[in-house]
Amino acid sequence: MRLSYPANVKIVKVPCTGRVDVIHVMKAFENGADGVCLVGCLEGDCHFLVGNLRARKRVEYAKQLLDECGIGGDRVVMYNLSSAEGQKFAQIAREMTEKIRELGPNPVKSAKS
Amino acid sequence: MIVADRKPFEEIIEMLKPYSRILLLGCNECVTVCAAGGAKEVAVLASEIRLFRAKEGKPVEIKEVTLERNCDPEYVETLKPFIDDFDVVLSMACGCGIQFVGERYRNMIVLPAVNTTFYGVTEQHGVWAERCQGCGNCVLDKTLGICPVTRCAKSLFNGPCGGSQGGVCEVNKDTPCAWQLIVDRYKEMGMLDRYLEIQPVKDWSTSRDGGPRKRIREDLKI
Repeated sequence: MRLSYPANVKIVKVPCTGRVDVIHVMKAFENGADGVCLVGCLEGDCHFLVGNLRARKRVEYAKQLLDECGIGGDRVVMYNLSSAEGQKFAQIAREMTEKIRELGPNPVKSAKS
Repeated sequence: MIVADRKPFEEIIEMLKPYSRILLLGCNECVTVCAAGGAKEVAVLASEIRLFRAKEGKPVEIKEVTLERNCDPEYVETLKPFIDDFDVVLSMACGCGIQFVGERYRNMIVLPAVNTTFYGVTEQHGVWAERCQGCGNCVLDKTLGICPVTRCAKSLFNGPCGGSQGGVCEVNKDTPCAWQLIVDRYKEMGMLDRYLEIQPVKDWSTSRDGGPRKRIREDLKI
């Protein structure tokens, strides 16, 4: 397809979004990420049955924690799409980049500088 | 297990205001099982505190330690080599653990990061419910395994009261009436005649009413 998407998106591969825990999201922000986007399979299509559903619940919990500590829960988003939807992935990457750009940089980085 | 709930983040951050070197202590026992203060919860809270304080421009140093148990001296002792490197201990253990660490290290302030709530069971993944109050004089033989002390809001021994409607307690619509459960259980076991036995007034001196309790087994003392 040779689709392009913003170069600032760093991809971390996991076997299933069910592998993603709240602490991984928190660590991303501690390490300076401006936003985290979880991209899981379509609901009902999980190879492990409920991995993506669990991930969504964890994203909701992470949002609460990030709101509490002032980073902002809006910086974490979960999307569901199939591995055949390259176009949609590129579009999500663009959307997410735009959204985070509007929110500004991770407040931890601004405090350091 | 002893069930606890993490305190609200604002309360924790307020307690930590004067400190910059924090020993964040978890426990591998009850609070791990009820997902309130095990290694995972310690890691998440530490991350949250670091993020908040970094954003405020007041970074903190946090060491995350989860003891096998906080209520036994041999594990509490393992903190000795490094505890003095910190300004404060923030503990996610239950109230017993928080106090026990403070008793051992008299020069340290041990702050609670959880509210210890009850002795309970895991009803389903992520749902814990109270089952025992440690009254010191168990009556589960009389009520066929349903505790009237804990599960009846009034701890009635000859229930139900008038607040039992359709098997539900008037205190909370999600709480089944303990006495309805007991009567149902008597019926189920063909022992409904037991319901007619009037229970005498309970001696509460074995419970909290008799003051803090202690158990001693002389044969085990060293």
